[in-house]
Amino acid sequence: MAVPKILLRVFVGLVLLWLMIPIVIIVPMSFSGARFLAFPPPSWSLRWYEAYLASPAWMQATRVSLIVAVSSAVIATVMGTAAAYALNLANSRLVRSLQVVLMLPLVVPIVITAVGVFLVYANVGLLATMTGLILANVMLGLPYVITSVLVGLRKFDPAQEMVSRSLGMNRLRTFFIVTLPQIRPSVITGLLFAFISALDETVVALFISGGQYQTLTKRMFTALRDEIDPTIAAISTLLTAVSFLVVMLVALSARGEAKSNAAS
Amino acid sequence: MSTSPINPSVAHDRRERRLILLLLAPALAVVGCLLVVPLGWLAWQSVRQDGGFTLAHYARFLTDDVYWMTFLQTFRMAFIVTAAALILGYPVAYVAAGASRRWSIFILAMVVLPFWTSVLVRAYAWLILLQRRGLVNSALTDLGLIDAPLTLVNNEFGTIVATVHILLPFMVLPLYATMQKIPPELTMAGASLGGTPLHVFLRVFLPLSLPGVVAGMVLVFVLTLGFYITPELLGGGRTYMVSMLVSRNIEVYNEWGAASSISVVLLACVFFIFRLASLVIPFERIMGAR
Repeated sequence: MAVPKILLRVFVGLVLLWLMIPIVIIVPMSFSGARFLAFPPPSWSLRWYEAYLASPAWMQATRVSLIVAVSSAVIATVMGTAAAYALNLANSRLVRSLQVVLMLPLVVPIVITAVGVFLVYANVGLLATMTGLILANVMLGLPYVITSVLVGLRKFDPAQEMVSRSLGMNRLRTFFIVTLPQIRPSVITGLLFAFISALDETVVALFISGGQYQTLTKRMFTALRDEIDPTIAAISTLLTAVSFLVVMLVALSARGEAKSNAAS
Repeated sequence: MSTSPINPSVAHDRRERRLILLLLAPALAVVGCLLVVPLGWLAWQSVRQDGGFTLAHYARFLTDDVYWMTFLQTFRMAFIVTAAALILGYPVAYVAAGASRRWSIFILAMVVLPFWTSVLVRAYAWLILLQRRGLVNSALTDLGLIDAPLTLVNNEFGTIVATVHILLPFMVLPLYATMQKIPPELTMAGASLGGTPLHVFLRVFLPLSLPGVVAGMVLVFVLTLGFYITPELLGGGRTYMVSMLVSRNIEVYNEWGAASSISVVLLACVFFIFRLASLVIPFERIMGAR
């Protein structure tokens, strides 16, 4: 093999290694027995996991984050799938431009979004509430669901819906019986993206969450600003584990999609 | 599909349009109330003071050094991060696109996995790695390369490392999507016509991969412009970005007029960059390539 090619591969290998470093570091740190952050840890223990599980504040924040992530992902998936279906159906310019509006949450810098949501919530009394957190994360999750479902719908043959409707099934039933089963993998991918995006969301939560409704990420951010506490390594490891689980689910869902495509 | 063979009448068209709007309504309502309306509100606030019209909030960009210097530093950071992401990401995408199916899946998985881990978690990891008594410093000291620990974090360097780390997937994925579509026959043809590998790369492959380069650069650049978490946690107060200027003006000074005008200018920059990029590559492709 030519020398430049080997050098190129070594370079790429190093970049990939660099990408993995944080995960490789965090996991052993969370099992450290020491109060200070030494790597590799001088002794091993589960004390940081115990500290996390024993802390009412961390537990409450975890509960808030999970409720927000699950409910906002479900709501965003329902709304986003409906919107994607409509966008796919429409061919007018006006509706196409509405698609750009629905993509805005991804385009607008997150701090500006956070300030905007804060402004609205301060006026309608949604600051430091669960409803407020869920609604904000629904908005942030919509672009992921819409993009993912649109990709699925583009591969779907609309003639199948027409056949079903010409056989007398109404539109709604046609959607649930004919269309949805075929685009299900992309709907699930959208759902999981929305879930992770809500679980990780930090900046908007910093502005609008508070009191007993603080998210896990807000607490982590505040803790990181003050001092480096190894409990965060334990929480980070758990968060990373959840993310990996979700990646695997996405991969499985993508494989299902490939299979259903091969079948059709 | 607005005309159906079942009932191609005007009434049907109208019903169809109503259905489309009905299905779009909930999503539009959420984005409208929580994003579009507040953005308009911010724009309105940015030209108001004591119940009258004013351009005072914008005049500060000319008079107050902090304003334009923050924008300058933010753009500088965005340029550095984008360049670094391109230099690191292009070879990765190139190798992934040319590799066998199994290898390319492996490489992409390595790129995407950190993408799914929380930004906070990664910022925390870099904080541990780069601090004064952190892993990098102790390794360098043990190897005898340095005498005193280097300041790797709480400055621009630490912020750049973490930001590039977080944004690299946004560069690699659009690059890969574009490169993967380049037919290998083209580079083979170039080689068979006597081009050296470098020549073929520069004259055939590189130009064909440019749409991906533009998409990746736009995404990384725009995301860096609005980045908040890494400069706040790893910048140590020395990297002052526009996003921090916005949040300080609200949290510390309660200066809504100032925060609004900064937001409007930042947003204008972002939209302008997307507009420029859409001359080369459609907006949907930039977003869809994610």
